[in-house]
Amino acid sequence: MGPRLKLFAPLLIFIALAVFLARGLQLDPQELPSALIDQPLPAFTLPDLHSGEMLTRESVLGQPALFNVWATWCISCRVEHPYLQTLAEQGVAIYGINYKDDDDAAIEWLDTLGDPYIANIVDGQGRLGVDLGVYGAPETYFVDAQGVVRYRHVGVIDERLWRTRLAAIYAELGGTVAPAGDTP
Amino acid sequence: MPFVVRLSGLVIATLLLAGPLQAVIETYAFSSPDLERRYHALSQELRCPKCQNQNIADSNAPIAQDLRRLLYQQLEAGATDAEILDYMVARYGEFVRYRPGFDRATAILWLAPAILLLLAAAIAVAVLRRSQSSEQSAPGVDDTKLQALLEGRDKTP
Repeated sequence: MGPRLKLFAPLLIFIALAVFLARGLQLDPQELPSALIDQPLPAFTLPDLHSGEMLTRESVLGQPALFNVWATWCISCRVEHPYLQTLAEQGVAIYGINYKDDDDAAIEWLDTLGDPYIANIVDGQGRLGVDLGVYGAPETYFVDAQGVVRYRHVGVIDERLWRTRLAAIYAELGGTVAPAGDTP
Repeated sequence: MPFVVRLSGLVIATLLLAGPLQAVIETYAFSSPDLERRYHALSQELRCPKCQNQNIADSNAPIAQDLRRLLYQQLEAGATDAEILDYMVARYGEFVRYRPGFDRATAILWLAPAILLLLAAAIAVAVLRRSQSSEQSAPGVDDTKLQALLEGRDKTP
C-alpha cells in the first residue's frame, strides 16, 4: 500500500498549495491588524474644529463611540460621508478626527454636506493619527465607554458592511441603534 | 553675442536653483554624525504602513514623512534605537519593522528557512541512501569478477 500511496503525494502537495493560494487571494494585504486593539485610546489635547476649545481623551469618553478619521482631501471620505450621516441620525455616537486638514475647508465641508459628528478633533500635524496607527483616511475606531479601542476599520463604511459586520461590533460595545424604520 | 551669453547664464542659474527644489525627501540637520548614521539605519529598517513594499526612507507618502520627522525628533531627544522601534511597533504593529521581533505571529517567518533547509537535507539524505543501497544490492553481479575485469582493463594500454 505504501508505494501506491506515494503516487498521490504530488496531488496532495498540489491541493495543499491550492488551498494556501486561494486563501491568499481572499486576503487584503492593505488591511493591517491594528496594534491598538484592546488598548486604551491614546491621550491627546487638541482643539475642537468649531469652538477651538481644547478637547482631551477624558472629554470625549463616557459612551461607546466611533472615532472617524477624515479629511477634505480624502476622496473616499466624501463617499463615506452620507452613510455616517445616516448612522448619526440612527443615534450612533460618532466623533470626527479631522486629520492633517485645513480648518476652513473642513468647516465648509460640514456646512455643505452635513455634520454627523458630536465633535471634531483637529489633528493638524497628524500626531494623534500616529498614536492611533492611522495610515490613511478614512479609518474608524470603535471605542467603548471605558475608552478602550475594540475594533479598527480601514476604508469606507457603507450600509452593507455596517449590517453584516460593524453593527454587531457596535452593539457589543454597548451602543444602541434606533431601528431602521424609525428614521424618516 | 552678449544676449545669448546672458540668456544661457540665466538658464544655468535657474537650473541650479531648481535642483534642490526637486528633491522630494526632506533633509534634517543632525547635531552629530552618529545620529545621522542611526537615522539612516532606522529609516531603512522601518516599513511604510501605507506603501507596503517600501521603507520610510524611500517612500514619499505623507505617513512616511510623518514617521521620518518623528524619528528625527526622537533621535535628537536622545531615544535609543530600541525605544524608537518599540514606539513604532506600539502604534503600527510588528508590520512596521522589516526585521520583526520573535513572537507567536512571526515565528513561522523566522523558522521557515531553517525548517525548509532541514527538510531539504532530510530528503537529500533519504534519496542518496536509497540510490546507494540499490547499487549494492544490484542482482546477478559478482563484485569480485567485476573488479577484476575493471583492473585487467586498466592494465592493458
